[in-house]
Amino acid sequence: MGLAVEFHGIAKDFGSVRVLHDVSFRLEAGRVYGLIGENGAGKSTLMKILAGYHEPSAGAVVIDGEPVSFASSREAEERGIVMVHQELNLADALTVVQNMFLGHEIRKGFLLDEKTMARQAEAALESVGAHSHPDDRVGDLIVAEKQLVEIAKAQVRHTRVLILDEPTASLTPNECEHLFSLIAQLREEGIIVLYISHKLDEVERVTDEVIVMRDGHFISQAKTSETSRSRMAALMVGRELSDMYPPKRPVSDAGEPLLRVEDVSVAGWAQSVSFSLMPGEILGFAGLVGAGRTELFEGILGLRPRSSGRILMGGKDVRMGDPRAAARLGLTYLSEDRKGKGLHVGRVLSDNLTLLDLKTYTHPFLSPREERAALDRAVDEFGIRVGDRDGLASSLSGGNQQKLAIAKYLAPEPHIFVLDEPTRGVDVGAKRDIYFLIDRLAAEGRGIIVISSELVELIGLCHRVIVMRDGRVTAEVPADRLSEEELLSHAIGTRTAAE
Amino acid sequence: MPSAQEPQPNEAEGQSARASARRRLGKFDLSSQGPILGLILLAIVGTALNSDFASLANWMNVLTRTSFIGIIAVGMTFVIISGGIDLSVGSMVALIAGSIILVINSLATHIDAPVLVVIVGMMVSLMMGAAFGTMHGLLITKGRIEPFIVTLGTLGTFRAVLTWLADGGAITLDFGLSQTYGPVYYGTLLGIPIPVWVFLGVAIIGTVLLRRTAFGRYVQAIGSNEQVARYAAVDVDRVKILTYAFLGLCVGIATLLYVPRLGSASPTTGLLWELEAIAAVIVGGTSFKGGSGRVTGTVIGAILLSVIGNILNLTSIISVHLNAAVQGIVIISVAFLQRRRP
Repeated sequence: MGLAVEFHGIAKDFGSVRVLHDVSFRLEAGRVYGLIGENGAGKSTLMKILAGYHEPSAGAVVIDGEPVSFASSREAEERGIVMVHQELNLADALTVVQNMFLGHEIRKGFLLDEKTMARQAEAALESVGAHSHPDDRVGDLIVAEKQLVEIAKAQVRHTRVLILDEPTASLTPNECEHLFSLIAQLREEGIIVLYISHKLDEVERVTDEVIVMRDGHFISQAKTSETSRSRMAALMVGRELSDMYPPKRPVSDAGEPLLRVEDVSVAGWAQSVSFSLMPGEILGFAGLVGAGRTELFEGILGLRPRSSGRILMGGKDVRMGDPRAAARLGLTYLSEDRKGKGLHVGRVLSDNLTLLDLKTYTHPFLSPREERAALDRAVDEFGIRVGDRDGLASSLSGGNQQKLAIAKYLAPEPHIFVLDEPTRGVDVGAKRDIYFLIDRLAAEGRGIIVISSELVELIGLCHRVIVMRDGRVTAEVPADRLSEEELLSHAIGTRTAAE
Repeated sequence: MPSAQEPQPNEAEGQSARASARRRLGKFDLSSQGPILGLILLAIVGTALNSDFASLANWMNVLTRTSFIGIIAVGMTFVIISGGIDLSVGSMVALIAGSIILVINSLATHIDAPVLVVIVGMMVSLMMGAAFGTMHGLLITKGRIEPFIVTLGTLGTFRAVLTWLADGGAITLDFGLSQTYGPVYYGTLLGIPIPVWVFLGVAIIGTVLLRRTAFGRYVQAIGSNEQVARYAAVDVDRVKILTYAFLGLCVGIATLLYVPRLGSASPTTGLLWELEAIAAVIVGGTSFKGGSGRVTGTVIGAILLSVIGNILNLTSIISVHLNAAVQGIVIISVAFLQRRRP
């Protein structure tokens, strides 16, 4: 059943740019491999070559001693290699079973053999521990369930190599646990699991070996048990990361808060939430996916109907009907969904940067020259690594897109800046840059709110963390009591604020 | 160590900059230069086939006829870039034309100042266009109905109301008044017909509006990704309403220029103009999915499409009855050349 996969001197060029250089390593059946590296290190490109999405420019993939060349992902799938993409590849309008057999339908003569497909789907769903029914519409499922459907889909295709690209990006801790035990189960079955992730703690937990890539080169392959997390990070960035987080500055709690939210409810998502934010403070919001954190702030911004409560800024009641009013009052919000809500990835960098602040460049007509100068300033100030300053936002790596997005939402000079999942899909080096940037913004006297699913990040960065569960605030934890256990217990509900 | 690695990223950056410059050049060639190259090619073919083609009189004739669709197409460019569509513009022309003729005729019986009456009629044309456009925008944004559906509805409604007003026949401008109104279509300034001047003016305003104002940037931002624009504090509804209102205003301008040409409005006035205007926008290189486009491209697209008809009229190689077929092939060819890789 098991097979061995070898990469032999793989190189890949996109146009004149070489993104992979002579990558060679070997994978054995029944092992879980962590593949780590900063954005742009070439992990995804390498995996896409293995899964048949790209062809190598040089070198070969060798499976069981035989060089193979896949013209399409379909051919790779026939050899048992399946990649589960970060942005899951499921058709929302189809049912679970229709998705699982899409392009591989079982037929009985001219007709589809619905019964056999349903039976196989049900068995596969059960083996991965999914709760969905084969006839459920995929669009109605939560993200974690969709992911299980993807893995079940790989199961019915007799997968021998499973590539998981950032599988836990939008999973709750519970759902992650489930995924991890599923990975262990797959390993027992002799499947090679390739686990691409930025979360080193997960890599440490679930993988047998860790493979590091940097700048398109293979750097190392070693037993996970013999590689510490700090060693992994150091190998990825090519230097020692002495400290990820800036030291916390003291915040004065005297005086008027910048922002005070009282009893705000957002229908279906948040129930009478109250909190306040002081100048210079970094306030965290923790909670599971679905706890209502994002929706609370979308409600505060007027992107969702807000059913009650007051919002005070500098002690005065304010009316925030839409993001425009919020920006005018000095509050901006950077969404967790960078491509869908944060940036116009198909437009040039300067268009993105100036969108919130076009009036600055209008007298009376827009000045492309000034917009370009603003971009040059932002590139320097925020350390955005840009190849072509006239290029599209999509040409930037995740971390640099995020820095551009932060610069964009800071353009109107907000007093209060809300960052939702500021380091999602961002490599270690850029993460550190963003943490120090957040600290600098707070030091300038702004109030910063960070919504994050990475507890470590909230603990390392915040002066205070508010925990939400099912739309309610369950705890407010000060800096000196911040720990993963503390936050998680409030987020899951094993402990209440009253205790 | 770091200094040894330094040149590498720089080199890569240089390469990627060159690569993207080439990409831009490639795109530049096809979607920006394509229509103008096509137009030049057509002009050469036209001149070779019939020497009358290159005459100033013929060109002025072509441009004058193009100006109505062209003016509407400039407005349509904004709507399509924002991700919308307006199918009703042809019917809107008919209804506005009939209405202003009725207004002018009836005012003239009370007021003995034909010039004033015609000016009032022209104002009514602009107001009706802007009002209809605003109505579309409100139904689409506040009513949350798809633009295709809203304007499909008004496409039928506008023309039906005109047919009813005209009692199935035509509404005709009284003779004396059409003498007064005539120069708006037939007059020239520096040898160039008035409608061509107006077309030029609308095109310039459109270009500046799209490229050099916050409104134009918002239109493109909404068409690229409406959610991103909404989160970036763009007043999406207001901008969308304004695009439809601007298109309506363009329709009003086109109509007030068109009315003196025939001096009447009938159920066939402006028939299929919506398709010609949309075709001009697409031939001009604007993405039907929204997000990007150019007013200059639209202007060239509109001229290109009417030059095809003109050449068919002047020569006998292809029957003039196949005009729409040739235009259709051009539209599909252009879309083929401009298609993006998935």
